[in-house]
Amino acid sequence: MEWVRLIIGSICIVCGLLIALIAAFGLFKFKFALNRMHAAAMTDTLGILMVLLGLIVMRGFCFDSLKLALIILFFWFASPVSSHLLAGMEVEISDRLKDNCEVEETERKGGRQ
Amino acid sequence: MSRIRKNYENSFAHRFLVFVKGDKPLPEEDHVEEWRHRVAEVKETERAENASYIELAETDPYEDAKRYARMSDMRVLRRIYYVLAMLMCLMIIGMLIMNVAYMPIFGSEDTPTNNEVAERYLEKGSEETGVVNTVTGMILQYRAFDTFGETNVLFVAACSVMILLFYKTEPEGDRAGKRKKKAASRRRKEAAVAVEEVSETPDGGTEAPSCVWPQAMQEKETEPEPDVILQNVARVVVPMIFLFGLYILLNGHLSPGGGFSGGAVIGAGLILYNAAFGFRATRRFFDEKVYDIIKVGSLCLYAMIIAYYLFTGANGIASIVPLGKLGNIISSGLILPINLLVGLEVACTMYAFYALFRRGTF
Repeated sequence: MEWVRLIIGSICIVCGLLIALIAAFGLFKFKFALNRMHAAAMTDTLGILMVLLGLIVMRGFCFDSLKLALIILFFWFASPVSSHLLAGMEVEISDRLKDNCEVEETERKGGRQ
Repeated sequence: MSRIRKNYENSFAHRFLVFVKGDKPLPEEDHVEEWRHRVAEVKETERAENASYIELAETDPYEDAKRYARMSDMRVLRRIYYVLAMLMCLMIIGMLIMNVAYMPIFGSEDTPTNNEVAERYLEKGSEETGVVNTVTGMILQYRAFDTFGETNVLFVAACSVMILLFYKTEPEGDRAGKRKKKAASRRRKEAAVAVEEVSETPDGGTEAPSCVWPQAMQEKETEPEPDVILQNVARVVVPMIFLFGLYILLNGHLSPGGGFSGGAVIGAGLILYNAAFGFRATRRFFDEKVYDIIKVGSLCLYAMIIAYYLFTGANGIASIVPLGKLGNIISSGLILPINLLVGLEVACTMYAFYALFRRGTF
C-alpha cells in the first residue's frame, strides 16, 4: 500500500514538474504578453494542482492534506483572477494588440472588456 | 604636471583609448578638408536614413540616448562590458563559494552560534515566558525593546509618507464635508489670531493638512474600476484572509507567526478589499479617524507595556501577569497583547502605504 501511494504520488509530482517546465519554455518562447501569460498561468493552476495532489496522495488522509487542499483551492481562486486583471490591463494599454491577436470589435467603448 | 607628448596621436595609449571609446581614428593632416566633406555627406545620408528617428527625437526626450546605444561604435564597448560583467560575476561567485566552504556544517554542535545564549533561550525559554514558539518569546520578551524599535520604524515610515504626500502647495485644496467646515473655521480662527497677535503660532497641529488635488478629481480618477470577477472572488476570499490573519496573530506564541506576519496578512486583505470595492466602500469601516486611533493607540499601548517591562527589570520576566498554562491560547502573559498591537500597527502601515500612494488620502 505504501509503495502504491508513493508511486502514484511521484507520478503526479513528475507530471506537475513537466507542466512547469513546458510553462517556463513557453514563457521564454512567446513574444506577446497575452501568450506568455497563458503559459505562465498554467503553472499556477495545473502545475501546482499536480504537485500538491502528489503530496496529498503521499501523505495520506490527515490534517496536513487538508491544508494542502486549501492551498490548491486558494490558488485556483487567486491565480485566474490576477491573470484576468493583468490581461485586462494589457488589452487596455497595449498599442500593438491588433498585430498579435484578433480583436473582436464590440459596441462598448472604454472600460474594461 | 605631465608634459604634452608631441606625437601623442600615434602612440599606443591614444590608439587604445580610441579603440575603447569606439571613436573613429583621426585623419591625416592633408585629408582634413576631404574628411570634413565626407563627414558632412555622411551626416546628410544619415539624416535621410534616420528621418523617422529624428522625428521621434523631437517627441521622445530619450531618443538621443537610445540612438546612441544603437550606434555601431558602441558594440565594441558593449562587448567589453559583457566580458567585465561576467568576470565580476564569476569573481563574486567564487568568493561566495569559498566562504561557504569555510562555513561550519549545518546542524553540527560546535558551531559558533551554538553558545550559551541560544542554549539558555531554548532550555528556559518556554518556562520563563510561557511560549511554545521560542522565536516569539525571544523577540517579544527577551528582546522586547528591539521589537518596539521596529514598530516605531513602521510608524515613522507611514508618518513620513504622509508628510511628503500631504505637502500643501495650494491653500484651496479641500476635502469634502466636515473637513471642509473644520478647515474653514480653523482658517478663520488662524486669521483672527494672526490679526490679534502676529507672533503667536496658530494651533493647527491636530488637523492633517489637506491634499494637493481637489476632491472631485480625486474621487473620479483614483477610484478603481469595478470588476465583477474580482468582486465576486473578493467576497469569498477577503473574510478568509482576515480570519487567517487573526489566527496567525492569536497563535503567535504557539506556532510560527506573530504580529508582523499576521499584520501583513490582514493588511493584504484590506488592500484586496480596496482594489475590489473601491475607496468609498473601504472608508465605511476604515477611514482616517480609525486609522489614527488604531495606529497611535496601539503604539502607545505597546510603549506602556515596554515601560512596564523596563520597570520590572528590563526583560519583563518578573512581571505580575500570570503566564498561564503552556500551550493555551490565553497564556504567556503580555506576549499575546503585544502580538495583537504589533499586528494592528503593521496592517495599518501596509494599507496606509497603498492608499496614500494610490490616492493621496484614505
